[in-house]
Amino acid sequence: MNSKKVRWLAAPYGLWMAGFIVIPLLMIFFYGLTDRNGAFTLSNLFSIAAPEHMKALILSLLLSAVSTVICLIVAYPLALILRSRNIGKGGLMVFIFILPMWMNFLLRTMAWQTLLERNGVINALLAALRLPPIAIINTPAAIVLGMVYNFLPFMILPVYNALAKIGDDVINAAKDLGADERQVLIRILMPLSVPGIVSGITMVFVPALTTFVISNLLGGSKILLIGNVIEQEFTRGSNWNLGAGLSMVLMVFILLSMALLGRYDKSGEGGAF
Amino acid sequence: MSLPLIELKNIEKSYDGNLILDDLNLSVKENSFVTLLGPSGCGKTTTLRIIGGFETPDKGSVLFNGQDITSMPANRRPLNTVFQKYALFTHMSIAENIAFGLRIRKKPQSYIDDKIRYALKLVNLEGFENRSVDSLSGGQQQRIAIARAIVNEPKLLLLDEPLGALDLKLRQDMQYELIRLKNELGITFIYVTHDQEEALTMSDTIVVMNKGYIQQMGTPEQIYNEPENAFVADFIGESNIVDGIMLRDELVEIFGAKFVCVDKGFGVNKPVDVVIRPEDIDLVKPEDGTLCGVVTHLIFKGVHYEMEVTTPDGFEWLVHSTDMFPVGQKVGIHVDPFDIQIMNKPESEDEEAAGVNE
Repeated sequence: MNSKKVRWLAAPYGLWMAGFIVIPLLMIFFYGLTDRNGAFTLSNLFSIAAPEHMKALILSLLLSAVSTVICLIVAYPLALILRSRNIGKGGLMVFIFILPMWMNFLLRTMAWQTLLERNGVINALLAALRLPPIAIINTPAAIVLGMVYNFLPFMILPVYNALAKIGDDVINAAKDLGADERQVLIRILMPLSVPGIVSGITMVFVPALTTFVISNLLGGSKILLIGNVIEQEFTRGSNWNLGAGLSMVLMVFILLSMALLGRYDKSGEGGAF
Repeated sequence: MSLPLIELKNIEKSYDGNLILDDLNLSVKENSFVTLLGPSGCGKTTTLRIIGGFETPDKGSVLFNGQDITSMPANRRPLNTVFQKYALFTHMSIAENIAFGLRIRKKPQSYIDDKIRYALKLVNLEGFENRSVDSLSGGQQQRIAIARAIVNEPKLLLLDEPLGALDLKLRQDMQYELIRLKNELGITFIYVTHDQEEALTMSDTIVVMNKGYIQQMGTPEQIYNEPENAFVADFIGESNIVDGIMLRDELVEIFGAKFVCVDKGFGVNKPVDVVIRPEDIDLVKPEDGTLCGVVTHLIFKGVHYEMEVTTPDGFEWLVHSTDMFPVGQKVGIHVDPFDIQIMNKPESEDEEAAGVNE
């Protein structure tokens, strides 16, 4: 096949990219950098400094960071177990952990809502056991729980893949040279799985930072994340310019965090860099 | 007799119900170069992994200097391994790879630096300290893997087909390199390979294995010249293995012709396997030969001609000779008595595997 023909085959993707990526992005930039009358302004960007926006951004960064760390702490040992046990070559176990992803994201989060409610399933169970009820719904903790639950598979998969790639011989070689299990973990497995960890962090942190569904459902109306603020500007507030401006600021934060992570991921498996 | 450095006693190992090693006994003397040789699946690598501590035998024990190390984990065994696919740590520099074992044992930095320099010099890769693993060729990586093992001054070095992934020329160079290293360091090598030429070139002692049993153990000369059974004869080099009848001591009948040999003690009129190496067959005038045949195939191999001589009974004899006989020529086959190797016939398949022939 000659190269001209090949180039034509890429045309649909070019159209797709132009129509659904480039043009929407340009529109966001346009709205973000103009006011309601279409005049150029930077006030939409600077409005991130407004106390209520700053508070939402900081809370978002904090909750997504906490969720990411919890995901990593939960996923890493699990991925290690999957790797060493070789349970059906890890396939079945990984499959089971991925399974919830096949159900609707909203549905799963709403299920947590019913579980956590003041008169929900968990409190009913606690009452049956004559234990005091927990008031977790509509707190930041509930949001973190929702984030960890929803995004955990995105951490497990890349970390497991990175660990599974490390050959048994490499681990045996380390043991042969005198390393015990702990030294094998710290000196061999962890450094060699950094690309997977970086991918996992990116894939959990970015969606957690921008989510508004989880905070809507589990955080109630009192806790606003930056995602909720942006969503409200587009839906209820009808201030597209402000929403777009805040989106651009958020985008800068995401790009910064990915650039930071990319420095630890030389193989280029995770992130955009 | 000095105590053996490593001893395997009644080792048994199976995977998923398949018996890999059955009652294996092996003893390796200090400062020897022992090669475990056999086809894939013969249990040679499993044997090595049991010595290295990466597998636990189902039965039997491993002794190191007389001390039982069967249940000692790999990281505490006083030996080191060179793996088939090098298994270098790709996230570390060459120097850090070599230093790994020394750092684990918390050696001082100056000692480590000296050792790195010494080891790189030993494997002819001076100045490679700060290179990355990925920038090295296969042969260089293998040298680093060897350097990484020997800086720990093990008494025993296990090598699992270390040259298997290298091309022919490099493999031959590395063979000499390994022999030189072995002599300079004075440590015991246990080497696993399926390459019989490699085994013959490098070892003091060859252990030929098949189906989990040791078929024969001996010097390269013994293994080549006096194979104990048809498997060894067939696996080591090329050979003609024919049915014969031992008429009496020092006389064997092959296809109706009587050959004088040097073997004794097989009894009278006993069916035996006879091994004759292709280079040991002399082609002579038909009237001077013990057997007569016709040249049916001729290939020029460089050092010698390879010919096939078909005798009236239909057997095709493989002959290596520097003299050329054209296809179709009638020739006589002559074999000197000491070039004929007589072996008992195995009585069953199991016995064949077990190498029982006494």
